Amino acid sequence: MNLPIYLDNNATTPMDPRVLEAMLPYFTQKFGNAASRNHAFGWVAEEAVDYAREQVAKLIGASEKEIIFTSGATESDNLAIKGVFEMYKEKGNHIITTVTEHKAVLDACKHVEKMGGKVTYLPVKEDGLVDLDLLEKSMTNETILVAIMYGNNEIGVIQPIKQISAIAHKYGALFMTDAVQAVGKIPVNVNEDGIDLLALTAHKIYGPKGIGALYVRRKGPRVKVTAQMDGGGHERGMRSGTLNVPGIVGLGKACEICSQEMEAEAKRLSALRDKLQTSLLELEESYVNGNTAHRLPHVANISFKYVEGEGLMMAMKDLAVSSGSACTSASLEPSYVLKSLGLSDDLAHSSIRFGLGRFTTEEEVDYAIAVTKKSVNHLRELSPLWEMFKEGIDLDKIEWAEH
Amino acid sequence: MAYSEKVIDHYTNPRNVGTLDKSSHKVGTGLVGAPECGDVMRLQIEVDDNNVITDAKFKTFGCGSAIASSSLATEWLKGKSIDDAMKIDNMDIVEELALPPVKIHCSVLAEDAIKAAINDYRIKNGMEAIESEKVHH
Repeated sequence: MNLPIYLDNNATTPMDPRVLEAMLPYFTQKFGNAASRNHAFGWVAEEAVDYAREQVAKLIGASEKEIIFTSGATESDNLAIKGVFEMYKEKGNHIITTVTEHKAVLDACKHVEKMGGKVTYLPVKEDGLVDLDLLEKSMTNETILVAIMYGNNEIGVIQPIKQISAIAHKYGALFMTDAVQAVGKIPVNVNEDGIDLLALTAHKIYGPKGIGALYVRRKGPRVKVTAQMDGGGHERGMRSGTLNVPGIVGLGKACEICSQEMEAEAKRLSALRDKLQTSLLELEESYVNGNTAHRLPHVANISFKYVEGEGLMMAMKDLAVSSGSACTSASLEPSYVLKSLGLSDDLAHSSIRFGLGRFTTEEEVDYAIAVTKKSVNHLRELSPLWEMFKEGIDLDKIEWAEH
Repeated sequence: MAYSEKVIDHYTNPRNVGTLDKSSHKVGTGLVGAPECGDVMRLQIEVDDNNVITDAKFKTFGCGSAIASSSLATEWLKGKSIDDAMKIDNMDIVEELALPPVKIHCSVLAEDAIKAAINDYRIKNGMEAIESEKVHH
């Protein structure tokens, strides 16, 4: 076992060696521009891109013509939201999203507001799931788009996508989902799930960074987005720019591996995740954040009360995890996702996200359990709040000097 | 963000972790910060009849820099008169631990904890609390 151990697979994943191998020829011998229609170099590149398009489409049950390659999910989210807003402005100007979305979605929505659009940011329930009644009540004749993520990056909860898309369609709106964390981890099917636009990225599924895709439905309905970048009219005019052929080949290969191995991998990872979670919940005053029944198989977000997350991560220096504590950010605000579940700030500050991945071993999980337990206990020895809790003092009744 | 060696040292081997008897008239206790902000420091001093700090203990809920700042503060406090202890400035802690700008609030909190502990001791022993003239942001 090599240290440190990587348990931050929601942030990014290591590249699968099989993906790298598939990409390598496209940096050197097969370097052609996929848009060069008049010679063999271009044809070879185009063929590779077409094949990758099929691999990506297959993973999400789409047709290859519906895949638009982008630089990653941030670009895909921006293209979907701003592109739909511009394309459908005759029809309406209202977009519905949730407060727990990724910043790429939230900030694209804020941009839309600046452009004169209206955006509803739905709160979520305590378990992180969208309230479907509230969604339905928020729909108006002006609603053109519902943008709700598939699986959450911080807590891993999976939204009821079929019901959400059904509500969107009932009111004539399109449904877009940021499925970055879900694609390749659990079965996602754009037709069964009623998805009109879907953002995905390669580096969360053991592919390279800097390449992603936007699925744009072509039939029932035919969806269009206004391009956000001017240029040569690549990708059916929706995304100009010379195609990143090695990246696209890598994304395709990564999707193909997920198609083949996802089911077995999900079983293995959920067993390991459950072992980790069960062991860590043996610690007093530790809590899982978010719904555990509808959750990605590889994620557990746990708060260890009376211990601060960043301090805890420093103690667990051989573990690469992340925390909802934002002690390093200028605002000192803890995670907005955890806060939107109704978690108090102190519990949000005490949270650690464990993200397992394809290369996580049981030995590593056992080590992570031991280190986490030891570190939590150590920091509680140092924590005045733990001492007060143990003495039976109600911390909520103390008048803290907020600084 | 990488931590300085001194922060890591104090974090890994914190000095003077513990609790003094807060009901003793010789002991001053400062509890500053708030759980919501992710930092709470409790700093205690024991003072002899000559107003010299003979012992100091801390417990801190917070990041590595907060723990290191309070650990360092207890080291500095021991053997100082309470008047000299009052002069400890947060920037001294910043310098000693090489704290980055985003962690300066940890040193501010440690300074506040020192002053709160001294004032608690002073009030217990019939002296007036000393108001800090410094304004922290």
